[in-house]
Amino acid sequence: MTFEVPKVSYTGKIREIPLGREGNTVIVGGESCYPFHLFEGEMPHPPKIAMEVYDSEPEDWPDTALEPFADVIKDTAAWARKCVDTYGAEMIALQLASTDPNDKDISADEAAKITKEVSDAVDVPMIVLGCGNVEKDTDVLKAVCEVCEGRDLIIGPVVEGNYRAIGATAIGYKHTVVASTPIDINLAKQLNILLGNLNVPDEKIIIDPSTGALGYGLEYCYSVMERIRMAALIQEDERLQFPIISNLAREVWKTKEVKVPESEAPLLGDMKKRGILIEALTAQCVLLAGADILVMRHPEAISLVKESIKDLMT
Amino acid sequence: MGLSGIEIFKKLPKTNCGKCGVPTCLAFAMKLATGQAELDACPDLSEDVKEELGEASAPPVRSVVIGTGERAVKLGGETVLFRHEKRFENPPAFTLLLSDNMDEAEITARLKKFNDTVYERVGVVLRPELVAVKAESGDASKFGALVEKVCNETDAGLVLMNEDADALSQAARSCSNRKPLLYAADKNNFESMGNLAKELSCPLAVKAVNLEELSEVSEKLIAMGLKDLVLDSGARTAKKALEDQIIIRRAALLKKFKPFGFPTIVFPCEMADNLIKETMIACQMTAKYGSVIVMSEIEGHSVFPLLLASMNIFTDPQRPMAVDQKIYEIGATNENSPVLITGNFSLTYFIVSGEVDASRVPSYLLIKDTEGLSVLTAWAAGKFAADTVATFVKKSGIEKKVKHRKLVIPGYLATISGELEEELPDWEILIGPREASHLPAYLKQWSAD
Repeated sequence: MTFEVPKVSYTGKIREIPLGREGNTVIVGGESCYPFHLFEGEMPHPPKIAMEVYDSEPEDWPDTALEPFADVIKDTAAWARKCVDTYGAEMIALQLASTDPNDKDISADEAAKITKEVSDAVDVPMIVLGCGNVEKDTDVLKAVCEVCEGRDLIIGPVVEGNYRAIGATAIGYKHTVVASTPIDINLAKQLNILLGNLNVPDEKIIIDPSTGALGYGLEYCYSVMERIRMAALIQEDERLQFPIISNLAREVWKTKEVKVPESEAPLLGDMKKRGILIEALTAQCVLLAGADILVMRHPEAISLVKESIKDLMT
Repeated sequence: MGLSGIEIFKKLPKTNCGKCGVPTCLAFAMKLATGQAELDACPDLSEDVKEELGEASAPPVRSVVIGTGERAVKLGGETVLFRHEKRFENPPAFTLLLSDNMDEAEITARLKKFNDTVYERVGVVLRPELVAVKAESGDASKFGALVEKVCNETDAGLVLMNEDADALSQAARSCSNRKPLLYAADKNNFESMGNLAKELSCPLAVKAVNLEELSEVSEKLIAMGLKDLVLDSGARTAKKALEDQIIIRRAALLKKFKPFGFPTIVFPCEMADNLIKETMIACQMTAKYGSVIVMSEIEGHSVFPLLLASMNIFTDPQRPMAVDQKIYEIGATNENSPVLITGNFSLTYFIVSGEVDASRVPSYLLIKDTEGLSVLTAWAAGKFAADTVATFVKKSGIEKKVKHRKLVIPGYLATISGELEEELPDWEILIGPREASHLPAYLKQWSAD
């Protein structure tokens, strides 16, 4: 029996999407094979990591996650600068969590003002994410689009309930949208079709099929991402040939397992290393499933994942 | 693979005795055809029929067992490349590496940690499964002594790693009743190794420098009559290991290439200079097709996340994980603690209990059996209807635990509150938040009065 390498013949390709302002762009996508299957295709642009910053001081983070940012936690713009200057962030993801009506409920104008400050503080491509409340995000993201005209932001989550309003504004101010759907390949495709019908250009769409943390439903997201890549690359489903973003850090760092100190659960081991590894392993899994952009928090988890990407690419 | 349920049915006794746990032989045959039952469940099959059906229904990646008794570990048996196509069958065995060069106290400490590291999650026991004993001293008696020590101090399955065939043979004979994995046959020694494994009925690892060589040695061992092999392609970088694992699995599944139709053994411990990085590589291999994953150390901060990843990836996508129906007490509860109710989908349980825990408000969480469905799906399917919820609340014993009679239901099920109040006339039904993340704020303002 002679051995022959069984290769998959790919017929589709993921769109290449440049992000950010001219002179400071990052390109994502472009894959012509399954993730890191470099023996049978190409990944011209390695996956990128966006470091997240918050619009106000986080209240529920474990110390292990706060520690690297202790000196900038009260100043979002300084925080973003530290991510870029100290930790070499390729992108910044601003989480506008305080806009949540069930939380601090800060106004759209206030959120836009914070966004502008951060946007002026760093040059790297910037993702701006609302709190997930459909109505509030519409107001907030419209205001953000307006004050950051020319910044070529990536804004989201854009969902079925607000894609028209946000999509139209994004077109007007030339921003990229994050099309978010709840763990379902058909809904992901449907929203991309709707955005297309609205005339959002294809090179301005990134998809977010939802993310769960390790131990908290990661498997669902993992499989949806694998199925999306399969449809895009093998079945030439062109409405799914978009880069994928995974907003994973906020899911990871709210789980019980990153917050339990070793003294309370000795078998879980060192709390700091454990938290870092739960974030890094969540990232490792979604990378292998097809994510192009990872929104991450802990600098040590980020450097582990960067090293892993490098190892898998070269 | 390949035989239909009807074809299998023809070979069964057709007594419909039900001893296999399924009422009829036809139903059993259908289960066999879809891989949901094992041939051994039928007590009345002749050996000939068993062999014939076994061959025909064998998965393209053979199931190989290492170890015995309760600690026997089943590996391989895989039938798909992607978990959504059906499911992955047997999660990887995280394996502690011990060398006969380590000092005694170090070995004792590491073995103890290995034995103590056991977690339970959703009723599933998660633990590192195997111990690999590696010869590095060059002293056969030292190796033998370490194997003996490990046998005495753990019930776990073993991997015996020795390049010296005589020393390996000696050690293997001393513990062949434990069914250790013998590591490894290569292109030079495969004959003596193959004979040893056959004689002792132990699984045998095959080691090569590349896939080409691996297929050749594996083929020769198959020709010698060896059945339980475990493959090491020799890759020792993350990139090459990923490639090899994918090619081995594809060749077995898509090309029915027999020499690669076995589980694999991989060595993150040889691919990184620290445990943290090793853990990243082990995670990659958990997702992409490693079976025996050998680690230099077992530490909670590393193996716990790996076991979570393994549990996630190997969850059957067609059958959601569920937790037991009962009262879960979170924190130091008392008779004035809030009472909340939700479904038993494991994700629902983890998220809700996590948020309740984070609120620092001790609470009773009633988990109702919804057959693993999430709250809204369960309601739509009639598994969270007011009458069944009421029966559960009454029988749960919660009325003895709290003085108040206030029950918090999920915000999405506001619609059943009226009906539930009729079914539970003593109780006031409160509508909780829609999202679990809003529970801490909700619980902090909750009052029993």
